[in-house]
Amino acid sequence: MDDLIKYAPDLLAGFLENVKLSLICAVLALVLGTILVSMRVSPTPVLRGAGTVYVNIVRNTPLTLVLAFSSLGLSDTIGLAFSATPSTNSFWLVVFGLSAYTATFVCEALRAGINTVPLGQAEAARAIGLTFLQSLRLIILPQAFRTVVAPLGSVMIAMIKNTTVAIAGGYLMESAFVMRDTFDDTGVSIPIFVGLVIAFMAVTLPVGFVTSRLASKLAVAR
Amino acid sequence: MTEPGDPRPLVNLEGVNKHFGTLHVLKDINLSVARGEVVVVIGPSGGGKSTLCRLVNRLETIDAGKITFDGQELPAEGKALARFRSDVGMVFQSFNLFSHKTILENVTLGPIKVRKVSKSEADKRGMELLERVGIASQAGKYPAQLSGGQQQRTAIARALAMNPKMILFDEPTSALDPEMVQEVLDVMTGLARDGMTMMVVTHEMGFARRAANRVVFMAGGEIVEEAEPDAFFTNPRTDRARDFLSKILTH
Ligand SMILES: Nc1ncnc2c1ncn2[C@@H]1O[C@H](COP(=O)(O)OP(=O)(O)O)[C@@H](O)[C@H]1O
Ligand SMILES: [Mg+2]
Repeated sequence: MDDLIKYAPDLLAGFLENVKLSLICAVLALVLGTILVSMRVSPTPVLRGAGTVYVNIVRNTPLTLVLAFSSLGLSDTIGLAFSATPSTNSFWLVVFGLSAYTATFVCEALRAGINTVPLGQAEAARAIGLTFLQSLRLIILPQAFRTVVAPLGSVMIAMIKNTTVAIAGGYLMESAFVMRDTFDDTGVSIPIFVGLVIAFMAVTLPVGFVTSRLASKLAVAR
Repeated sequence: MTEPGDPRPLVNLEGVNKHFGTLHVLKDINLSVARGEVVVVIGPSGGGKSTLCRLVNRLETIDAGKITFDGQELPAEGKALARFRSDVGMVFQSFNLFSHKTILENVTLGPIKVRKVSKSEADKRGMELLERVGIASQAGKYPAQLSGGQQQRTAIARALAMNPKMILFDEPTSALDPEMVQEVLDVMTGLARDGMTMMVVTHEMGFARRAANRVVFMAGGEIVEEAEPDAFFTNPRTDRARDFLSKILTH
């Protein structure tokens, strides 16, 4: 217990990094996932093909490899740099990798949602003269989002937990790494471990609760 | 260009063929619909009636032949196609209302997003149209809260809101409970009387006799017979039409 109190400020600072990663990646993954699913249902074969290939490759690659690719491949080899400060740079490389990875799950959740929207509504949208993008934005996606709020919540919970493998992308400031670092000094400390688990649950449980409440509130009656 | 007195047909199909894979669904269709004309398409299931409707607003493409609308060939894609579709209303058997939008929003979406009409103007006109089809009191409800007949009347109002040059109806009353069929047919009869150009796939003979200028009988992907409604129903010329009519008359 003393260990937990002693290292609490460090751990808290680390945990705030997890929260920061989560918030930024959530936004980016939702945006990128929406773009990907739009590609996957688009009438243009090239876009459809590109979306499918991207999703199937990235979704089936272990996250640690995606992050390693983002830091070793993109940063070290190609020279992609978000910042001159190494820790800031690796933060954004992790954001990049984790968003790119999570977006594929967002895409697939949304695609399942799109499949629940009756085809006739898309035809009716076309019949009144809406373009493909308009019917996607005004008719299909709003209904798809509402039906997959709960699955999207699960994707977000998985993503929040996935911020703890940021070390694979070279980012050393998040809480799980801080914890292991601390264990090197103190030996394994159960209170620290439990404290961190509770911190994560304090974030993930509400996400699950809120999204499942929203899901029933937003359900579209057909 | 769309004056009712204009002698050129509004829609003209010439030698139109359509396949689904190896299935030859429409065979050498020649058909024209004049401005203000009401054409009823009738025939056995699988005969190609829905496909014919869907070709006219290019929800399906054709393999051979030519379709013109208002003197122009149908645009192939993109903005021009969307603009063309906005001029041709379509009413589906299964209503296809937007489930997450209210009744009024279903009607005003097209005018606002496609015609760029202001919301207040679209709402005003939308309410007039809902009044006209008799469901103004339901304007704030969602489609799932309405009866089938009310939903179909909403779908008609949604089509009318675009000020279309023509409306296609694909079995608009086939999914309705019997007691709701008449309310929808009454709205359609009113439109026909007001001079709307209509192509209507239906087996409602009462409507055909009351409102149609012409009946087109389709079977096996071909137009088998075309006649005035009374002549067709009392004295069909072909065996296939006679056979079909005897079947639908028994129930
Ligand atoms: N999208 C499609 N793909 C494959 N076959 C189709 C499709 N739409 C219709 N068909 C077939 O085309 C034929 C004509 O169908 P349809 O136009 O719906 O006839 P109807 O409306 O007169 O019942 C049927 O045999 C039907 O199975
Ligand atoms: Mg049909």
